[in-house]
Amino acid sequence: MVAASASGTRPESDLDSTSAAVMKAAIKLQVRDLAIRYGTTTAISGVNLEVRENEIFGIIGPANAGKTSFLKSLNRMNDFNSEMSVDGDIEFDGTNIRDVRNVYALRSRIGVVFPLPVGLPLTVFENVAFVPRLRGINDKAELDVIVERCLTRAALWDEVKDRLDSLGSLLSGGQQQRLTIARALSQEPELLMLDEFSIAVDPVTTMRIEDVLKELKHEMTIILVTNLVQQARRLADRTAFFLEGQCVEIGDTEDLFNGKVRDQRTTDYIEGRFG
Amino acid sequence: MSNTSTIDNQFLETELNVKAKRTETLFRILFMIMAGLLILPVLIILTTLVVKGGAMISWEFLFSNPTNGMTEGGIFPALLGTVWLVGVALVISVPVGVAAAVYLSEYAADNWFTRVINLAIINLAGVPSIVHALFGVGAFVLFFGFGTSILAASMTLAVMTMPVVIVATRESLQAVPHAFREACWNMGATRWQTIRRVILPNSVSGILTGVILEVSRTTGETAPIMFTGAAFFIPVLPQSVFDQTMALSLHLFVVSTQVPHVPEGLPYGVALVLISMVLLMNSASIALRMHLRGKKKW
Repeated sequence: MVAASASGTRPESDLDSTSAAVMKAAIKLQVRDLAIRYGTTTAISGVNLEVRENEIFGIIGPANAGKTSFLKSLNRMNDFNSEMSVDGDIEFDGTNIRDVRNVYALRSRIGVVFPLPVGLPLTVFENVAFVPRLRGINDKAELDVIVERCLTRAALWDEVKDRLDSLGSLLSGGQQQRLTIARALSQEPELLMLDEFSIAVDPVTTMRIEDVLKELKHEMTIILVTNLVQQARRLADRTAFFLEGQCVEIGDTEDLFNGKVRDQRTTDYIEGRFG
Repeated sequence: MSNTSTIDNQFLETELNVKAKRTETLFRILFMIMAGLLILPVLIILTTLVVKGGAMISWEFLFSNPTNGMTEGGIFPALLGTVWLVGVALVISVPVGVAAAVYLSEYAADNWFTRVINLAIINLAGVPSIVHALFGVGAFVLFFGFGTSILAASMTLAVMTMPVVIVATRESLQAVPHAFREACWNMGATRWQTIRRVILPNSVSGILTGVILEVSRTTGETAPIMFTGAAFFIPVLPQSVFDQTMALSLHLFVVSTQVPHVPEGLPYGVALVLISMVLLMNSASIALRMHLRGKKKW
């Protein structure tokens, strides 16, 4: 594979995955020596990784591995928690986020989807129009277009188009999760972070969302934290394995699942021997 | 077969079970009686007032001046004065109290400064009303030079009621789940944008409920206003916040203890009007809360 792509005779279908891996696609996010502490408790330490543009970067690992803390540090949510301290460097598009003065602009470029769907206590329409309104768009026609586009892309439009004025927080769990994805898309994010999005979602909806993500990666970079290793296998181009606050393994997803690992614990976890 | 019988035996009542059940019944009934006793004072007060003062109530009683050394006529100046005092107190205490509560709930980090503020609120709530009255005289009547006036009395009431407004507001703000805030912050909203668009709209009814309950408490206060702005008897209605005024609570005190030859029904009539105002506002607060529960958004 490597030789083939380097010689330029690779088949068309390999373009997405192989060329990105070999030709070092643009780096969206560079993390160096990241350590996160809550008071005196260390959540993660010594994490070095990079996330490339337009890839789905999977993060797997058991509970308490530091996956969620890792995501929180990426959009400086630690600013809101005086207990949480972040050391090390995180570069987003080449800028160290510690030096970002307009942290609101940084956050609005990063969409986040939580494990439990959070439909804001606003109407379906206003949930999706929230960020556009913050950006000063108040024209109804313009908002209509944005809301329809985002809901359509999140595979929710058909189900809610007749009740845009009902409360978003009263939709079903699976619908709310797609609503939060639509809301994240309304930010037109460059990076979309999903934290175990399928925990409260039925399998059918999960599959629909997974299809959505596969489409979205052509336009944005996606970090997918999941505790379903098979989900990582289905979606992620590359996958990192977090364990007890360490990033134990990073590699092409297929390699990880085919046993090409540096650390035996990765295979043990993937095959369900612990965790 | 033998298996079945052992299972049956497990459900036979032992001596211990019977005793436990009896004690259980005893305590349930005891506690229920204690809870039931609470209704008594309310019933007695209301019945007494209606029986003895109900005959006094008329349009004339509500809307005319007291005459003949306050032994006859109506209570209009006192009624209007109470509305003035409570209204102005609200205009002062609600904005300040709500703003302070928003700061404490949404902005303040947990540091010594916040702890000092919280301590101040608790202590302010514990200051006896007569001490508030003396503070009001010193601060508003004399130092700020408002004289004995509606403004001075209302500011005294406002200071006194502030802790309750703050606590009620803070509680309704914190009843809005934290996940909503995090969701907004993650989308790049500032704290204020989050508060204005999501937190306040979903707690405003709760805040109102607290405020109304607060008003009803203010209505009956006597000590804080008697040295700061409420007068024994004034034949003219107040024209501005710098005038003195009569007030229902003080009027009740006056006709009950200070004026000779008052007909027996008069104080009861005044008390009935006062308590009706309070109950009316409490009912409004309860209605609002029920309305709010019906529209629960999450």
